[in-house]
Amino acid sequence: MKTVSSLLDSEWYDRYKKISKLNIRSSIYDVTNKCNLRCKGCFFFSSDEHKVAEEEMDIQKWEAFIDREKERGVNLAILIGGEPTLYLDRVEAFYRRIPTYCATNGIIKLPRDRFPDLMVGISLWGDEEDEKLLRGKDTFAISSKNYQGDKYTYYLYTITPKQVGKTERIIQRIRNAGLKVHMQLLSNDESVEGFNWDDANLQAIRDEMDEMLDRYPDTVISSKYYHRIITTGEMLGRRFGWQECPSITESFDNRKNPKRLIHFIRWASDLKTMHRCCTSETRDCGICKDGAAHMSWVMVNKKAHMQTAEDLQNWIEVYEMFAKLYKFIPW
Amino acid sequence: MAADNILQRVAEIIIDELKLEDLTPVTFDPDMDLVDELGIDSMDLTTVVLVLQDEYGITIDEDDYPRLSTLRLIAEYIEGKLKE
Repeated sequence: MKTVSSLLDSEWYDRYKKISKLNIRSSIYDVTNKCNLRCKGCFFFSSDEHKVAEEEMDIQKWEAFIDREKERGVNLAILIGGEPTLYLDRVEAFYRRIPTYCATNGIIKLPRDRFPDLMVGISLWGDEEDEKLLRGKDTFAISSKNYQGDKYTYYLYTITPKQVGKTERIIQRIRNAGLKVHMQLLSNDESVEGFNWDDANLQAIRDEMDEMLDRYPDTVISSKYYHRIITTGEMLGRRFGWQECPSITESFDNRKNPKRLIHFIRWASDLKTMHRCCTSETRDCGICKDGAAHMSWVMVNKKAHMQTAEDLQNWIEVYEMFAKLYKFIPW
Repeated sequence: MAADNILQRVAEIIIDELKLEDLTPVTFDPDMDLVDELGIDSMDLTTVVLVLQDEYGITIDEDDYPRLSTLRLIAEYIEGKLKE
């Protein structure tokens, strides 16, 4: 029989045991419907999710809601938006109650005296040219000053097809700002011309991501297996899509016996409405490139990765990456 | 219900529900750590718990899941619940 210890040497087995019982239970929260940017390709606005629910403005209702979420077993609150930093009292309500991660565009600096160890992920969509085209301004110039050297902050670098061959300069800038970076791929929800992926540029960016990980291991938080999964959409001969995605809100999930995140819900900002999944309801799941969804896809399929030592080591690396990005284990 | 019977039945349920084709109730080491050795995750445990609750007419609280780390500990947990 294949057991974990029969597949791994002692070093890998120790790594496995550090993550095997973390039992991460995440849910995602729209903190607000507002944003201080309007980015082309932002799934929240492109699919009108900002109009789905009227925002709850009473902070006491937020606090009571978060208490209920904690009772529901959530041990990782992922705050998205809109732009969460527009409502720091709501961010603080989460932070005081549940391990919390805050996604932001980095334009507003989270005060560290109020949020000393809150994990922050700053969205970045490419170089200055892409950022201006897709987001209206070069956010990196602002966010890198706001968060320079911050040990609980990383960039979530959404790579566009136009970034192929150009990522090293971005990684170097992030390294020079004393920050970490995690990479994912643009899903181009608004079909902006020139930003679609094809097989050739996916292969090219996979090679480049591997190279960046090799060259900047202290800066890049990633794994080559994740690069393979996200660029091919395939894992152990299976294709990513609706039938496979683990990040579906529980009440929307009509699939039979899916491998999924337990009790996962993505909540709208009225604290009552639920969204279908971790990203846009209008997105074609077959071409979704969401990084967290692909990481979770690997993570919920542990036993499928217990056929060979290499498979299980790949699984461990992806789980470690997720656990680092959401502060369950140190960098 | 005898403890050995519970142990055997829980082993059968885990093997069936998680399709552990390499194992039988006889070869299933009751003290093997289900997470650290068999690679069972919380979703797997939830699947097993649902069946155990039906089988024994008990309620298993999610807060108790960390205690259910081996076949023997699950059987003892059920035995305790049945005595309540």
